[in-house]
This record gives sequence, C-alpha cells and structure tokens, in this order.
Amino acid sequence: MTDTLHAAEPDTAAPDTAAEAATGEAARRTQRVLIIVPAWNEAASIGGVIAEIEGALPFVDVLVVDDGSTDDTAAVARSAGAVAVRLPYNLGVGGAMRLGYKYARDHGYDIAIQVDADGQHDPAYVPKLIDALSGSALVIGARFAGEGDYRVRGPRRWAMTMLSWVLSRLARTKLTDTTSGFRACNRELIALFADWYPVEYLGDTVETLVRALRLGYRVSQIPVAMRQRQLGTPSHSPAKAMLYLGRAFLTLFLALVRR
Amino acid sequence: MNLTILTGATALLFLGFIFELVRRRRLREKYAVLWIFVGVIVLGLGLFPTALNHVAIAFGVANGVSLVLFFGVMFLLLVCLHLSWEASRLEDETRVLAEEVALLRLRMDEQSERTEERSAS
Repeated sequence: MTDTLHAAEPDTAAPDTAAEAATGEAARRTQRVLIIVPAWNEAASIGGVIAEIEGALPFVDVLVVDDGSTDDTAAVARSAGAVAVRLPYNLGVGGAMRLGYKYARDHGYDIAIQVDADGQHDPAYVPKLIDALSGSALVIGARFAGEGDYRVRGPRRWAMTMLSWVLSRLARTKLTDTTSGFRACNRELIALFADWYPVEYLGDTVETLVRALRLGYRVSQIPVAMRQRQLGTPSHSPAKAMLYLGRAFLTLFLALVRR
Repeated sequence: MNLTILTGATALLFLGFIFELVRRRRLREKYAVLWIFVGVIVLGLGLFPTALNHVAIAFGVANGVSLVLFFGVMFLLLVCLHLSWEASRLEDETRVLAEEVALLRLRMDEQSERTEERSAS
C-alpha cells in the first residue's frame, strides 16, 4: 500500500483531533455510520483499503459491494473484517451504490459514505465529511478546493469546469469537484438513493446531485487531497477525453430536463 | 395479377406464422393483438394492392403502394422505439432482481454462519 499523500500541506490534511473532539465526536457516537465501498475486481487493493478504514475509523461499519467480480474480492473483503455483498453480475458503480444504500436503509444507518476501493480516498477525511453533514444532506469530498495538487487538462478539465459551474449555481454554493466519488449523505438521501440511483456513467455522481438539489436538499463540499490510485492508471487519450466531455454534457442535459 | 399472387401469398404466410406463434403461446397477448391486426391489414393490401390508391391521391401521394411504404416505415420505427423502451424496462427490473439476490445471499450466509456457531458451542 502506497501512503504517499498528494497533499501540499500534510498538516492540514490530517484531521485536527482537538477541534474534532469538540464538534463531531458526540454526533459520531450516537449516529450509525456505514462506509460503502463499491468494488469490481479489486482483490489486490481492497484488503488494504478496509484495514485503513477500520484503523482510522473504529466507529464505522464497512460494506463492500462486490459488483460481479471474477476474482475473490468478496472473500478478501470478508477476511479483512467487512461485510461483503455480492452482485450476481456487473451492474456498474451506480448499481452497486444503490445496493449499498438499500443495505444502509434496511439496517437503519444514519449516514452512508462512499469510498472507492482503489485507495484514492483517504479515510482520514471521513470525520470531516460527517461533521459537514450537520449543515447539509450531502457532502462531497472535493479535489481542486485548495487541498492536494490533483491536476487535469484538456477536454476533461473543460467538462469538470462546466459541471462545476452549472451545479454550483444550482446548489448556491461552490462545488469544485462534482464527479468525486467520495461523498457522504444523511438518512433522508439514503432512503431516496435506495430506490433511485442512476446506472449510467457520470449519472451516479452528476445526476444524483441535480436530483438532490431539485428536491431541496442542501449539498456542500469539503476540500480533500486524493491519492494516486494504488493500481491502474486513469486514461489520458485525447479521444477518450473528448468522449468524456460529450458524456458530461449529455448527462447534465438529461439530468436537468428529466423529471 | 402476378403481383397480387405474390403479395397475397406472402401476407397469408405472415398471418399463418403469427397465428402459430400465438397458438403456441410464444407471444404475449398485447403483442399478439398488435401483430394479428397488422397481419390482417397486410393480407387485405396483398389481395387488393390498389385499394388505397384513392386515399393516397387524396393525401397527395402518387399511389397506394407509396403510402403503404411510408406508413410501413413509420410503423417499424415505432416498433423499434417500443422495443428499446421494453429493453430498458426489463434491464431496470433485472437490476432490482440482482440487488435482491445479493441481499438474500448475504442474509443466507449470515444465517448459516450463525447456525455453525451455535452447533459448535
């Protein structure tokens, strides 16, 4: 497991325990928190991710949604101490997350937090996400918000800028990273997402934000530093980046016109 | 006259095929009604290809065959659209089933673990 934080200032990246104790500690003890980790063929990294979550956050439960993996993701997750639920075939992140929210709803969790299985989300930020939930229904752990030095260029960047601009207006607050998969939501949104969660690519992030905002829920963000993926590299081909821009437009357009 | 034999025979075969599918319960009732209706229209037009000429001229279309072609294409487009819609709906339904299966499997695993613990102690 690589532990290289991509943060410019590691001091602010780690949660300040003294300040935390005053605000979030009480809430965290009374509220039941579920970390949902959608995973597809992540047997190599899932064990480390779960160990890190349980080390940093002893008060949470971890649910791994094995999205039709062909490797032994679920078994690794189980032996690492998480609850693993296995989908019979691959549904995509959106499908896996809806199952996660269903589980959270059925088991009466107050807060559900999505964390990716590839290790790019640092669980040390989870207490901050939980604290921010006192003022909003959905909190995004966002890059480009001052913390970390994650960079993207070209069409991918234009797409993200466009999404941020439109969604920030809708939310009436600044949202810099609308496609982030690092997010926390409260009980009401768990109930919504358990029944309705888009399957399409980008829909799971962008469309859910639009829907939550349309229904009058508050959405906010906290700055986080994301780490390099432990395994695998994001695609950087220009054609794929253009395709991404096109899909971002389509997803946003459909999200805005859909009822 | 040759044309009438060709179109009439094709229409009869088509109608017979639909009827056989319905008889073997291979088509849901809603589709059966639709396709029998289409089959009857095709048979009528097959036996009397010139029947629609007056209607066609009234619409400003050169002859009945062109009109049938136009409506035929429109009808096929609608059918394709309908099938896409059905496929999306079915995918939604199978998605729900997959989720239910996953949750049931989890509950079963937990149950059997619990019984194992009980029998062990």
